[in-house]
Amino acid sequence: MSTQTNAVPEAPLQSQVSAPAAISAAQLLIWSVRREFWEHRSLYVAPLAATGLFLAGFLVGLTRLPGKMRAAMALDAAHQQAAIRQPYQFLELLLMGTMLIVAVFYCIDALHGERRDRSILFWKSLPVSDVTTVLAKASIPLVILPLITVAITVVTQWVMLLLSSVVLLGSGGVATLWRNLPMFQMSMGLLLHLLGVHGLWYAPFYGWLLLVSAWARRGAILWATVPLLAVGMVERIAFNTSYFATVLLYQFSGGPEGAAFIPNHMAMNPLEHVSLVKFVRSAGLWPGLAVTAVFLAAAIRLRRYREPM
Amino acid sequence: MACIDARGLRKAYKTTIALDGVNLRVEEGRIVGLIGPNGAGKTTALNAILGLIPYQGDLRVLGRDPWMERDRLMRDVCFISDVAVLPRWITVSQALGYVAGVHPRFDGRKAESFLAKTTIGRASKVRELSKGMVAQLHLALVMAIDARLLVLDEPTLGLDILYRKQFYDSLLNDYFDRGRTIVVATHQVDEIQNVLTDVMFMNRGRIVFNCGIEELQSRYREVLVRPEQLTAARALKPMSERQVFGRNLLLFDGANREQLEALGEVRTPSIADLFVAMLGHQVANIAQAQGAAR
Repeated sequence: MSTQTNAVPEAPLQSQVSAPAAISAAQLLIWSVRREFWEHRSLYVAPLAATGLFLAGFLVGLTRLPGKMRAAMALDAAHQQAAIRQPYQFLELLLMGTMLIVAVFYCIDALHGERRDRSILFWKSLPVSDVTTVLAKASIPLVILPLITVAITVVTQWVMLLLSSVVLLGSGGVATLWRNLPMFQMSMGLLLHLLGVHGLWYAPFYGWLLLVSAWARRGAILWATVPLLAVGMVERIAFNTSYFATVLLYQFSGGPEGAAFIPNHMAMNPLEHVSLVKFVRSAGLWPGLAVTAVFLAAAIRLRRYREPM
Repeated sequence: MACIDARGLRKAYKTTIALDGVNLRVEEGRIVGLIGPNGAGKTTALNAILGLIPYQGDLRVLGRDPWMERDRLMRDVCFISDVAVLPRWITVSQALGYVAGVHPRFDGRKAESFLAKTTIGRASKVRELSKGMVAQLHLALVMAIDARLLVLDEPTLGLDILYRKQFYDSLLNDYFDRGRTIVVATHQVDEIQNVLTDVMFMNRGRIVFNCGIEELQSRYREVLVRPEQLTAARALKPMSERQVFGRNLLLFDGANREQLEALGEVRTPSIADLFVAMLGHQVANIAQAQGAAR
């Protein structure tokens, strides 16, 4: 190491003038996202744990599968499909719920934790802008978590399907099973639902949580919820109306067009252009995204001013 | 171009004025010690230089506006502080990977070879390391960055003396060269005084003293005065006088060396002594009035 002084360029002033190999914005974003997974391991541990529990239950239930299959084969087409798909949809809902909970707690902590543990000054001492940092954090609930959830769900569903097929080999019903589980369409439907409804429609909620996370000194979860309740209450008392609550519920429901993306209601061809176009043009989507942009811009600005607590 | 150029730098918090018109200029290749009592505004000044807080006044660091261009500036500036702590959840290899991933001037091999001399394991989390090891890790990360300005704010606070010595030794032997500039704020003045090229004293949000080490050593003299010479010595108007082992130690500014040698044993004062002589009487008042402000 003592040779290091010699290793320094002869003309340091010149070497400083030359620009170093620049690091692309994409690379900065990727490393910022990776860092989130190191810090918030629940992002993948929680869905994996939920999946593990589910699979354990599913394995035990496999012993009763031949009987259930025989019963299902006696039903008419619609009921048969519902009966066969039931565990697969249960898994989807379970992981969706897990994702929601994980995303909410992640967002509340995302810009709060780094101030609480005083590491914010370390992060700020590196050449990563506040814009990159906040956008990387926002991408977790909006894009990354939905993709992880889809990936885990799809893999698990294939495992379920293959295990079930093996169990049913002796007793029959494999063909019926596969006929009622259009795996590709189910996966695409789930992907569109999670990216569309959970990513885009819920974006204002996540944006709000990130903003509160950047702003609040303590009790971020209270600051995230109480003002919303307060606005609703004041509106109720002052005008005896409940528009605010209606708007929130509308946004949370994914809007009327968003409902078309709930997998259960999916048309057999989930890529049907009509529903996609309707979704993109639906009334609630764009104002929601505009509000998200405002929240994120405010969070970026706040992070610039923020110091450790 | 000066490395740091500040004119009329001001920063007010709700109840206190942390920076009250700071003017300072640090040329490239200097090692500047920023010394001052608690609440003098050292950390605030360094935070402004690093673009971590907004400020009023004119400030250029390596030709950039730190508040507007923090992320660009941080390609050329490194920062170690007692408060800029490494996150506790990060592992050593994650920290190395992340900095390598986002910093264009980071040389992973340098960091590895520095860490090889320590007992820090790659898989350890920061929370499992001792405070001294965390400082070593942070130093390894920073020393592997080919930066032009290194800002240290109490970098060795809370470390034992072995780690402190090793910290500054590594910095000087393996890192410093004429192309780099180091600004260090600390209370442990004695440990860095033979490292510095310049000294700045800060008090109440202002730079009250700014002097090169060579000038300081030629200008200020401390005399352990023989008792019979005390009256004569006092007539030369010392800056301060204090008792050491029953004898009087007088500090002079710019007095004639031969004249002083006639009075007693002459030596060069330490920075700490000079600081106490210049600011000691004020510090007591400030401590009461401004204790919380930084």
